[in-house]
Amino acid sequence: MKTKVITSKDVHLFYGNFEALTGIDLDFNEHEITAMIGPSGCGKSTYLRILNRMNDLIPGVKITGDIRLEDQDIYAPDTDVVALRKRVGMVFQQPNPFPFSIYDNVVYGLRLAGVKDRTTLDAAVETSLKQAAIWDEVKDKLHDSALSLSGGQQQRVCIARVLAVQPEVILLDEPTSALDPISSTQIENMLLELRDQYTIIIVTHNMHQASRISDKTAFFLQGRLVEFDDTKKMFLTPKQKETEDYLSGRFG
Amino acid sequence: MDPIKAAMLKRSRSAKLEQRGKLISLFCISLIVIVVAAIFFFVASRGLATFFDNKVNLWSFLSKSVWSPAVNDAHGNPQVGALPMIVGSFGVTFLSAVVATPFAVGAAIFMTEISPKMGKKILQPVIELLVGIPSVVYGFIGLSVVVPAIRHVFGGTGFGILAGTFVLFVMILPTVTSMTVDALNAVPRYYREASLALGGTRWQTISRVVLRAAMPGILTGVVFGMARAFGEALAVQMVIGNAALLPHNLISPASTLTSVLTSGIGNTVMGSLENNALWSLALLLLLMSLAFNLVIRWIGKKGEMKR
Ligand SMILES: Nc1ncnc2c1ncn2[C@@H]1O[C@H](COP(=O)(O)OP(=O)(O)O)[C@@H](O)[C@H]1O
Ligand SMILES: [Mg+2]
Repeated sequence: MKTKVITSKDVHLFYGNFEALTGIDLDFNEHEITAMIGPSGCGKSTYLRILNRMNDLIPGVKITGDIRLEDQDIYAPDTDVVALRKRVGMVFQQPNPFPFSIYDNVVYGLRLAGVKDRTTLDAAVETSLKQAAIWDEVKDKLHDSALSLSGGQQQRVCIARVLAVQPEVILLDEPTSALDPISSTQIENMLLELRDQYTIIIVTHNMHQASRISDKTAFFLQGRLVEFDDTKKMFLTPKQKETEDYLSGRFG
Repeated sequence: MDPIKAAMLKRSRSAKLEQRGKLISLFCISLIVIVVAAIFFFVASRGLATFFDNKVNLWSFLSKSVWSPAVNDAHGNPQVGALPMIVGSFGVTFLSAVVATPFAVGAAIFMTEISPKMGKKILQPVIELLVGIPSVVYGFIGLSVVVPAIRHVFGGTGFGILAGTFVLFVMILPTVTSMTVDALNAVPRYYREASLALGGTRWQTISRVVLRAAMPGILTGVVFGMARAFGEALAVQMVIGNAALLPHNLISPASTLTSVLTSGIGNTVMGSLENNALWSLALLLLLMSLAFNLVIRWIGKKGEMKR
């Protein structure tokens, strides 16, 4: 039995009057990759952004339910959001490196936490860029602007930037949808390497990607969680008719 | 010739219209270019006459501190040392920019990051209003409020660089603020999200990402403000004391290039040394505003390259 890192029960989310999530129960195991799939607009990003409280930034959002990171209630009034986000890192759909050097991008989170020691920072840069499988490509130009890199390289720098903070959970919201197939494969392989050290939750529009890299898959439809199971089981023998229709490409 | 070929060869109506439009805009552009060139030529020919016709040494013009073109010194040389005005102009410009920048950045951060609602509702209209107030009003307020206040606090006459700085500070604040607001708003949302998602506080996000990404835009705003301060004549003239002397301190009467120009140009005879010397000051002003422009372009280019 694997340890559960994140548990969520009866999660509802309202954008004003619109109920975007209608009661989600979903748990995530340690050192697994969980994929969230479903047609666009079904609430995948919305759910993902609940887990590091990024929805707090949107005015008029109301969230109910019980969402916990280990034993800590993420939405308890005394939760330190800044500390939470250090434990639950996020990679966005569009590569969004800061307009700084590659080095400054990777150490950004550490500097926020007050780390100043040069050797610590240097070491973190090397480790994180290696983990993100981009060290060899950028090791000679760490002080060039991160914006001079290709989209796929930028996305891997963004992943390194998250890894440098040493989070426990990494959320990825369609991290490869803006990238070419080769860059996508590189990122998929990297995520498989990272699985042993992190809990990874990835939203993907791409069912094949989900089947290639994930241990578990959650299928969302119109704000509901339709099915959640081992990826193999779900792709081979879906329990729900809607899942079967979606996987066989009948809609979405 | 077959009709299709004939039609192809004949220029269509829209092609003719296009041609006409091009001609009209070309004409307008050349007119503007000619006017600008004429201004440059005129100011330069007058301004350079001081050095070529009246044989004033360029270096002594820039470095001597006695300005009385009507009176020759003991050696019979004209006394046209523009240093007091140069110091005055640069003094009020840099000081007002130094004072205005933190206020402008603070106000802009408030308007964009902290309370956009209140910023839009209250501060934005106030700033637009401030931009529209004619400079004579600022000068008048400076004269009737700032100068007496300085006299009261520091003694002396109250006229001087400090008063000029204060008036210019208020005058350029709205310009710098609104350009800083634009620069901050232009910083993409996803930079802020990335910083927050990495465990940044709101303040860390503003100071380390937003301000840094907006820096070229903010600097451009500051230089714009400086250009405005450097060229402002009336309001400064009303509070600076108009003594063409090297200022000893911030509260002794001084003068700027513009204040000497506006107070002197009507009282001199065209073609005389006194008049030519004023044109030399005008030329200096023109060159400086050109320099400000170049700096703004250069900052813009550097900002682009980083992207
Ligand atoms: N900021 C927002 N305000 C209002 N509605 C939103 C907002 N963000 C998303 N939605 C709505 O919530 C639903 C789920 O969106 P999202 O989570 O982005 O879907 P997905 O990531 O699965 O494509 C959609 O109907 C979308 O229109
Ligand atoms: Mg989405």
